[in-house]
Order: sequence, then C-alpha cells, then structure tokens
Amino acid sequence: MKHLGSCLTLAAAASILCLGASLPASAAWEPTRPVELIVPAGTGGGADQMARTIQGIITKHSLMKQPLVVINKSGGAGGEGFLDVKSANNNPHKIIITLSNLFTTPLATGIPFNWKDLTPVAMLALDEFVLWVNADKPYKTVKEYIDAVKAAPAGTIKMGGTGSKQEDQIITVALEKAIGSKFTYIPYKGGGEVAVQLVGQHVDSTVNNPIEAVAQWRGGKVRPLCVFDSKPMAYDEQVADGKGWKDIPTCKSQGLDIEYVMLRGIFMGPKATKDQIDYYVELFKKVRATPEWQDLMKSGAFNTTFMTGSEYAGWVGTEEKRHETLMKEAGFLAQGN
Amino acid sequence: MEEIANLFQGFAVALQPFNIAVMVLGIVLGVIIGVLPGLGGANGVAILLPLTFSMPPTSAIIMLSCIYWGALFGGAITSILFNIPGEPWSVATTFDGYPMAQQGKAAEALTAAFTSSFVGALFAVVMITLVAPLVAGFALRFGPAEKFAVYFLAFCSFVGLSKEPPFKTIAAMMIGFALAAVGLDSITGQLRLTFGSTELLNGFDFLIAVIGLFGLGEIFLTMEEGLRFQGGKAKIDLRVVLRTWMSLPQYWMTSLRSCVIGCWMGVTPAGATPASFMSYGIAKRVSKNGNNFGKGEIEGVIAPETAAHAAGTAALLPMLSLGVPGSPTAAVLLGGLLIWGLQPGPMLFVEQKEFVWGLIASMYLGNLVGLIIVLTCVPVFAAILRVPFSIIAPLILVLCAIGAYSVHNSTFDVVMMLVFGIIGYALKKCNYPLAPLVLAIVLGDKAEEAFRQSLLGSQGSLGIFFSNTLVSSIMILGLIALFWSVIQNGFTRLRTRTAAA
Repeated sequence: MKHLGSCLTLAAAASILCLGASLPASAAWEPTRPVELIVPAGTGGGADQMARTIQGIITKHSLMKQPLVVINKSGGAGGEGFLDVKSANNNPHKIIITLSNLFTTPLATGIPFNWKDLTPVAMLALDEFVLWVNADKPYKTVKEYIDAVKAAPAGTIKMGGTGSKQEDQIITVALEKAIGSKFTYIPYKGGGEVAVQLVGQHVDSTVNNPIEAVAQWRGGKVRPLCVFDSKPMAYDEQVADGKGWKDIPTCKSQGLDIEYVMLRGIFMGPKATKDQIDYYVELFKKVRATPEWQDLMKSGAFNTTFMTGSEYAGWVGTEEKRHETLMKEAGFLAQGN
Repeated sequence: MEEIANLFQGFAVALQPFNIAVMVLGIVLGVIIGVLPGLGGANGVAILLPLTFSMPPTSAIIMLSCIYWGALFGGAITSILFNIPGEPWSVATTFDGYPMAQQGKAAEALTAAFTSSFVGALFAVVMITLVAPLVAGFALRFGPAEKFAVYFLAFCSFVGLSKEPPFKTIAAMMIGFALAAVGLDSITGQLRLTFGSTELLNGFDFLIAVIGLFGLGEIFLTMEEGLRFQGGKAKIDLRVVLRTWMSLPQYWMTSLRSCVIGCWMGVTPAGATPASFMSYGIAKRVSKNGNNFGKGEIEGVIAPETAAHAAGTAALLPMLSLGVPGSPTAAVLLGGLLIWGLQPGPMLFVEQKEFVWGLIASMYLGNLVGLIIVLTCVPVFAAILRVPFSIIAPLILVLCAIGAYSVHNSTFDVVMMLVFGIIGYALKKCNYPLAPLVLAIVLGDKAEEAFRQSLLGSQGSLGIFFSNTLVSSIMILGLIALFWSVIQNGFTRLRTRTAAA
C-alpha cells in the first residue's frame, strides 16, 4: 500500500524507495546514490548542527562522490527517525546521527525500537553537560548552590531542560537524589531556549550542553558551576571572566557524584556488510581530521573520544543498561516496559 | 549615532557586486521555495545551507537571509491565487486574498500583499537598526506565562469576531485542538492519541492539514461547481500595480498597527503566525469595512501580510542578540552562523560588527530587490489564473502532493492530505469556519505547552497569569478582545438608554 501510493503520486521518490533493496556488496564498497543522514531531532538543535557541519565538510573537501543529504525526522522524540532507519534493511545509503534519545525514547514511549536493531558505525564525540546558574545569583560554587536548594522549600527551585524524560531530566533526578531535595523540572523545546529562560530568570538553573550556553556565558549572563564528567574538559582557551572550559571543576570533585555524557555517534540500518561499515568509518575519520571539525569540537567543548566496532558497541550496551537503571529509578519507563 | 556609521559601513559591504548577485539569486530561489507548499523557508534554507559553505560568512548569510525574504514574499502567491498557503503565516492572507482573486482582482491582491510585506519588513529593520539593544532585553522578560498570554491574546482577538454561529466556531476550534494534541506530549514525554500507530508519532503537521483543508477542499468545491475558475478574466497589465499603490496610503493606520503587532510578536519571540492572525483579527474589528472582511477586502490582505513580515524580520533580532531563533527558519540560520564560527549572543554585536551590520544592510537592500522582482512579476503570476481549470487543477494537485510529501518525506502525509481535503470540503459544505480549526492546529500545542510550563513553575497556581504587569496586561487585553462584542453591545444599549432618558 505504501509503495503503491508513493508510485502513484510521486514517481521520483518512489523510485528511490523501490531501488532501495539489495545492492550486491562488492569489495571496497562505495555509495552509488545520494546518502541520507537522518537527524532524529529538529532543525537548529545540537545533533542537527553537527549533521549539517558534517554535510558542509564532506561537500567542501569532496570526501564523497555522492552527495550527503541531511533529513530531520524528529517526530515522537526522534522515534520517527529511528524507526525509519530500522526499516532500512539492506539499505546502506541511510545513516543516522544519534543523541541520548537512542535509549530514552524507546524506554519512555514504548515504541518498538532498540539500538540493537541498528548497526553501530562510529562514535564521533561525546557531549558534555554543565550545571549553570544565572550570573546575577550569589552562588559561586556548587556547595553554595546546593545549600540554597536545600534551604528552599522542596519544589520551589526550578530546573529548566530540553525535553521530557530525556537526558536533562535524568540528570535532574540524579541531582535530586544526590542532594536529597526536590526541583521543579520545566521542559522546553530546545537548548537555546533553555539558556535564555535562565538569563531571564524564569528558571533557577540548567544543565545545558556547552554549545547551548556558551554565548550567554561569554555575554556574562550565566555562570558554570561544574561539569558532569570524570575529568575537566580539555579546552584551556579563555572563554569568559578569564576562565576557560578547563577551569570548570568536575561535579564529583565538588561533592556531587554524578557523571553523564551524551553520545554523538553514527549508526546504519540492519544487515549492513563489513565493507559498508568500513567505508563510513574511513569517511568519518577523514571528517574528523578537517579543521572545520576541530573548530566545532572547540566551540562546543566536546569530548573527542572516537570509537568503532566492538568497542563502540560495548560502550553503547553499557550506556543502555545505565539509562535503563536511571530511568527506572526516576519512574520514567513506559507502561509495559 | 555610532549605529548609523556602522550601518553605512554595512551598506558598503552589502553593495559589493558579488554580494548583490548573491542577493538576487537568493530572492529568486526563495520565491520558488515559498511558492512550493510544504517546502517552506526552513527546509529551503536548510537544503541550500551547504551551498554557502564556500563563500565568506557575510555573503553566505546575505544569501540565506535573502532566501528567507524570498520565501516570505513567495508564500503569498499561492495563498492568493489558489487558496493554498505555502507557509503558516500566509493562512490569514487567504481569507481575503483568495476571494479577491476569484473576483478577478488577483493583481491588486498580489500588489497589496507584496507592498505590505515590504512595509512590514522595512519597519522591523528600522527598529532593529535603532533600538536593537533595548528590544533584545525585552525578549528576556518572556517566560512561559507571558508566552501563554500572547497565544491567549491571539486566540481571543480571532475568536470574538467570527460571523459564523459561535457553536460552529467552537466546534471547529475544538477539532483543531484535538488534532494538535496528537503525537508526543512535550511536557510528560508520553505519546498521546497515536493508538499505537508509528505513523502518527509526529502528530498532524500543520502544513499537511492546511494544504488539504484549504487547497484540496477548494479544488473539490470548484470541481463541483463545474470546473470553472471565476478569476479567469484577470487583466494582465503592469499599470494595475500603480493603481493599487495609489489606493494603499489610505490604509496607513492598519499598516502601522500591523507593523507594531508584528515587531512585538517577532521579538518576543512568538513568531509570524500568531502575528498575522492577531493583526487580521484586530483589523477586522476596528476597520469601518470590517463587515466586508472575508469577502475580498484589500485591507484584509494588508493587515496579515504586514504583520507577518514585520514579525519574520524582527525574529532575526532575538536570534542574533540572544541566540534564540524566533522562527524555524531563523533556527536553521542560527545553525549556519555556528558553522561559520559566529556565535550568536550578546557578544556578536560587539565582536562581529562587520558581519552584523552587513546583514542588517542586506535586509534593507534584499527587501527592496525582492519587492522589485516580485512586483514586476505580478502580471505573470496573475496570468496563471487564465489557464483553464481542467489543466491547472491536476498541476495544483501534483504540487500539493509534492508539498505534503516533502514536509517529512513520508507518503503517509500525502494520504493524510487527501483525507484533510475531504474533511475541508465537508466542513465548508456545512458552513463550519476553517480558520479557527487551523489556528488551533498551529498554536494549540504551543499554547498548551506554555500553559503547562507556567503551571509547573507556579506549582499549579493560576495566579501566575496575573503575577506581574506585563503578563496581566496581555491577559486583560485578551479578555477584552474575547468579550468585545458583548462590551460593545453594552455600550450601545447604555447610550440608547441615556438618550431615551
């Protein structure tokens, strides 16, 4: 029915769909038609920015003979994009860039998807999370902030974040557990909006990614307190108030034993062959070597860990278990899961 | 005065031959994108973004923002000619633009729409030039409660005026709200009303609904009426542009009001769509020709178009100065800025003067170039209506299908569009107004989100909507708009009573 409808109304699109199946895998595979890079999030967000930068780098340095097309499929917290790639059996011309919703969306909504339905290609980077407060507020350290949260009646301190039952709220719940007090979590559509709500003092703190809040930090509007990683970020260039990303202490060193980083990685559809995976791994190695990629990493203070193959799959497996535990404790699992 | 000096420097940048060429190319591409329903400004800019990576950042952003202007202009064309809004903010333009086209006044409607767009955008650019820092600060005061108040005002200023029976208006609006609720609930992260179907994960996209309800519904009606396009006798004459221009100055009050509404909505940033609806609603209420609205009144084209463009332009201000996009297209432009290593935010105006003022100067020039290009094409656009309906109807259908498909690259959407077309036809036959339904689909989930965010923050107390002067005054304006006809009746009765006594 789906194919019939598309062939009737849209011959061009249908031909792409119908041709999708079964291309014989030969040695040193290469794409034979345009490659779709699916973004399971809206335009303008972190994953979208990264995907479009990759597209720009590949175009500018002619790293592929076929064009790369970025397509946003953000419906159902990204579920639309994951299901699309899951159904792309034997279609090596469709890849997807993921964020934490790879785990959180199926757990929270119960849609029929698991990352094992896809073929892992490569981890491109890890995105950091930083605890931010408004610069006009008196708290200068994590301890001062925690004391203020504890002193306030439970639920009166507002934490702003991106999405519901996703990474920002998971960190918030972990914070509540560590502090022993309650926040009121307010979900917004995008990270940039969250940062501005903090500047306007409509929320009291956020756990924005560096790239989402850096502009406000440089403008002297927000203040970073700590980073949710095992070690400080690697970038020592000065950003604001004579401080760089490296000067932000880890939350653990400040008495908040919480670590959370977010995957920025590439997956393919089911049943990809080794040649096809190798092609994309090599491609992304070339992308990572370009100065444009280095600039993006620096501006967003990314953790530049790169992984492929079984090491990558192992990492994703561990993260999945961790998310399941975290979300179960927070009561975020969909009924029937 | 430093701003003026900077602006002239900006003009010097924007007037380089390469940048002018880029500007014209951007406008033409933008108009094409705007005409294709579904492709839309945001998608168009996203698709063309990689093209610009090899250019210097200033030229690149000039090209992208010109695509944006072009799409804003282009959205009006299909709204007026075929009743198919290419962009959400063009919906209100169809209310009077399409009846005008049916009466053979397509050229007048197009001229009015393009000129109003230009006026609105120009007003917003002047505002950006003069008061950028002040206005940017105002946007920060908008939390969830203030945003909800703005949506509330948009609904109220639109609902109170409907000529259809209130019951039908409310029924249509409730259908819209129900459709808007489908998909992921952003507050709880749960799926709603999808009934286990993975196709409904995304909810009903506004564009699919509008292409179906307005575009297809209209084609079905025309088919029933005997395959005739009533606008076929449109004259092709460039003089009609001048004639229309002569008549425009008398609507200066509507224009000015719409400019202010647009700028306000763009900066807050609620966006161009509520601005266009609100402006149309208020114009209908206060204009002395108010009763003709919906039957082909030129003022009903001027009001929404002016406001939409003032808002679309003003939306770039919070993007540049705060890093918050006021529209989906602005969000893609924002992504572009980051790729060129330009960090939007409070420091952009300080650190990247040449870029910012080059962009602002290109807004002036881009709009002017855009206006000249689209105005010279008015006769051509209007002439499309002279093509026999039996030829153009299948073309429109194909265009609609492509548009619906390209929103999410999904064939399911094409089927949904057909379903909406049938619904639109049925509702029109039963005299249910479509506008409140569409308004609810566009703004319903946003209003709901803002409402629930506010209540989360206030721990469930409704007092938050009257907690400071800003939010209270917007809410009270909304209530006045909602009960306007009652208040007016009351006054009239009071006056007659005093006169009698």
